[in-house]
Amino acid sequence: MSATDLLGLFPLIILAGASILVLMAAAFIRRLVVSFVVTLVGLVAALAFVGIAWHHLPLKVGALLSFDGFVLFGFVLILAATVFVAISSWAYLRGRDDEGGDYYFLLILSSLGACILAASAAFASFFLGLELLSVSLYALIGWRRERAAGTEAAIKYLILAGATSAFVLFGMALIYEATGSMDLFRLARISSADGLIAPVGLAMILVGIGFKLAVVPFHLWTPDVYDGAPAPVTAYIATVSKGAMVVVLARALGPAFVGNGGVSHVSTAAPPLVAAGFPWVFALIAGLSMFAGNLLALREKNVKRILAYSSIAHLGYILVAFLAGGPQALRAIAFYLVAYFTMTLGAFAVISALSSPEKDADDLEDYTGLAGRSPWTAAMLTTMLLSLAGLPLTAGFVGKFLILSAGAGAELWTLAVIIAINGTISIFYYLKIVSVMFRGAEAAHAGSTGHPLPAEPAPAGVPMSGAVGAPLLAAIAIAVLALAVVALGVYPAPFLSIIGSFTAAGG
Amino acid sequence: MMLALLVAVPLVFGLAGWALSRRSTDWSRWLTLAANAVNLVIVAVLWAGAEGAFTMGTQPPSSPWLAQVRWPWIPGLGISFSLGLDGLSLALLALTAFLGIASVLASWKSIKEKAGFFHFNLALVLAGVNGVFLATDLFLFAFFWELMLIPMYFLIDLWGHENRHRAAVKFFLFTQVGGLLMLVSIIGLAVVHSMASGSLTFEYNELIGTAMSPVVGMMLMLGFFVAFAVKLPAFPLHTWLPDAHTEAPTAGSVILAGLLLKTGGYGLIRFALPLFPAASHSIAPVAIAMAVAGIIYGGLMAFSQSDMKRLVAYSSVSHLGFVLLGIYVFTSQALSGAVLQMVSHGISTGALFILVGALQDRIHTRDMNRMGGLWKQVPRMGAAGLVLAMALVGLPGLVNFVAEFLVLVGTWKVSMAATVLAGVGLVIATVYALRMIQMAFHGGPREKWDIPDLSVMETCVLFVMIGLLVGLGLFPQPLLQIVDKVVAGVLAVIPSGGGA
Repeated sequence: MSATDLLGLFPLIILAGASILVLMAAAFIRRLVVSFVVTLVGLVAALAFVGIAWHHLPLKVGALLSFDGFVLFGFVLILAATVFVAISSWAYLRGRDDEGGDYYFLLILSSLGACILAASAAFASFFLGLELLSVSLYALIGWRRERAAGTEAAIKYLILAGATSAFVLFGMALIYEATGSMDLFRLARISSADGLIAPVGLAMILVGIGFKLAVVPFHLWTPDVYDGAPAPVTAYIATVSKGAMVVVLARALGPAFVGNGGVSHVSTAAPPLVAAGFPWVFALIAGLSMFAGNLLALREKNVKRILAYSSIAHLGYILVAFLAGGPQALRAIAFYLVAYFTMTLGAFAVISALSSPEKDADDLEDYTGLAGRSPWTAAMLTTMLLSLAGLPLTAGFVGKFLILSAGAGAELWTLAVIIAINGTISIFYYLKIVSVMFRGAEAAHAGSTGHPLPAEPAPAGVPMSGAVGAPLLAAIAIAVLALAVVALGVYPAPFLSIIGSFTAAGG
Repeated sequence: MMLALLVAVPLVFGLAGWALSRRSTDWSRWLTLAANAVNLVIVAVLWAGAEGAFTMGTQPPSSPWLAQVRWPWIPGLGISFSLGLDGLSLALLALTAFLGIASVLASWKSIKEKAGFFHFNLALVLAGVNGVFLATDLFLFAFFWELMLIPMYFLIDLWGHENRHRAAVKFFLFTQVGGLLMLVSIIGLAVVHSMASGSLTFEYNELIGTAMSPVVGMMLMLGFFVAFAVKLPAFPLHTWLPDAHTEAPTAGSVILAGLLLKTGGYGLIRFALPLFPAASHSIAPVAIAMAVAGIIYGGLMAFSQSDMKRLVAYSSVSHLGFVLLGIYVFTSQALSGAVLQMVSHGISTGALFILVGALQDRIHTRDMNRMGGLWKQVPRMGAAGLVLAMALVGLPGLVNFVAEFLVLVGTWKVSMAATVLAGVGLVIATVYALRMIQMAFHGGPREKWDIPDLSVMETCVLFVMIGLLVGLGLFPQPLLQIVDKVVAGVLAVIPSGGGA
């Protein structure tokens, strides 16, 4: 390990430092603004060091962490998403008179965990990152202690995450016993030559990965946790925690599928088990996730739960690209992650902005006539939902197109048709929300009083204190996300080449 | 450049109209109207150029396109912003601009709620339709294809009649399933092509003639066929249409019937046939059976309706059966007839929906059992209704006659049975069209209505539309000439085409 290799560690060191700084600051000045600003500065500094590390790829820190273009791409994604979550948390916490020192501490800590997870090269770092992320999330999910649903969600997440951690640990032990290696990338090369214990261990690790991704059949926690957690934390679980795991999955197991095309392996050695024996498992998980997510979302009337189910389906789409393998698939995964992050963060940012101190804006009825009361907010949420539905002019359309292309390139026709069918089913519930927003507009115009939500998440609508910074910043963040969704949908070419350079560098 | 304007103008004007509608909703009306007027002028200029090319013989014989635009869009994926204009697109673009104007004028007074957003959606649909008629990059085509749907959904869901929510969702789901299967097929086609040639492209001109096994060809073709057959709509896939047409506001119905259904026929002629000639040839018997079934079924259903708008909707199913029939018998008369039928149906059904909409605005019902004897009250409406009913029947002198006659002549050589059955459909048309006039305008009044006749604006719109029907009925040659080359080009690639 040379001095330059430490460059890869800098973003992580800065995050760790920032988390302690937030806690220290909170000990002396118990003010939300301070915690928020320190967090923001820490995140931006970490992003800057990612930029520096970019010029020195590939980097390797011992046997534990290794950095290539895709990892740094994951870092940028995680850190940028955390910035947006931090911004919408600011407005959200301020409405609840919370000074937020420990909240931001946990937020940074979980991002640190996500980054370690993304960069992990060995079982130890993988597990470290996983636990750091999970343990911080336990507390964040149950943040609204006054609500029973929040505590319930936290405990549910705690028990299930704890159980899957045990699975992962046991799986690692089994693989170590079978292969004598703690190398994460060894997973992709496990073959029938490694004996009978290795596949069992692999399956147990996959349980842990599946849980974090919330794909069927490990999805049962999703709706309750999404519902019970505060809206910004929900956004965080939906994006960062899943995104980091997708990066690990693509890095650790993706190589097994390269040149595979899901058909056959022309190789002299025993074929990797993941690709030769397991593809139908992934295909089944992908297909079931799409169908279960979309069909269950149809019956929901709670917007956060709808988005929970929809996220299950979106991870199913990503798995199809993962199955396809190869550089095209990596590009599709990367683009879809960005699109998914952008639209999910956007949707939850709007929900956070609309939430009142007493209650998150999660009932479908809360959105009746939103277009009449605050047309801009409604337009933003509509953009996000149409993008989630994969309609043109939005990032979701291009993302779905790339995934279909990757799938078609590997001749995964059945899965491609399943995506098409599910795209249609999903539109049904996204449009339900959209049409509710526009539907009651006449009534609201006609002068009905006592709206369930504040008219605008704009400065004037917040009576809590004189400062206008938080809601204004949140509104700007939402606008930026909406612009990004449209820009990615209308002219994705420059962005695709950026992604291309990330996925190609130091791979 | 002109071609890109056809898409950009409605988009920009629509947005501007929406933005300005906070000051006065008239802005959105005038700007949407202006956008369509500008498009009509552009189309007229292009048409004049095309006429010149035909008579002077200056059109390069090698290229089927009268005009083309190609800009890089996503070069990494072989996707470009490429538009192409030929006779078929030209005819349908003219129809789009014309019906666009008609639908804005028809809803001038009746749309009061959120008029800005309404006209924005209207303009967006029109931009999407224009894009569909022009796109020669398959990704771009799928893009515009989906782009048409969302604003149409809003038009039905927000400004429609009693059961609008259900109808809007049904419309969306049906067309979306088709659209996404088509997207899968498009990607599949590009992948098959790239495996053979080594370069990934979505360009129509390069994908044409891609060699593939019969099974693959059939699977890919079915993806396109389902999308277009749903939109057309062909018989077993038509069930969204009566609901959507009935519940949509007048302008929505005009655009739905006049333009969106035409994108289905256009897609079959432009994409399904030339890209998959062999597979199209083998599916032809099925398509012909669907067409004939649609003609008769649509007619019978139209006859049994008491809701006037539903009657017109089912008559569309019947008349678009002729389009499907004309496309899949692979003779030049029938294919020309199918194109002509698309235009004539667009105008005549559009006019009928405007008339029914005007009637509904006045008496707030579409139930023909509550009408009767309206001729005395509203003679201009009655007269217009009678002429348009004659168009439904296909009376000589109107363009509908020319179109259906051509289709039948072209079919005769291929299948006598289909010709006879389609002819029976025409007889049924006579029955339901006359029944509609009889129940609404003749006989004694069943209820007391005191309503004004057509306004000057409505009269003008309907007069121009009827004038076009008669004009094209007497002189169909300009239209036939302009699509002639396209028809010949399509039939040239069908195996044993031209009378198979």
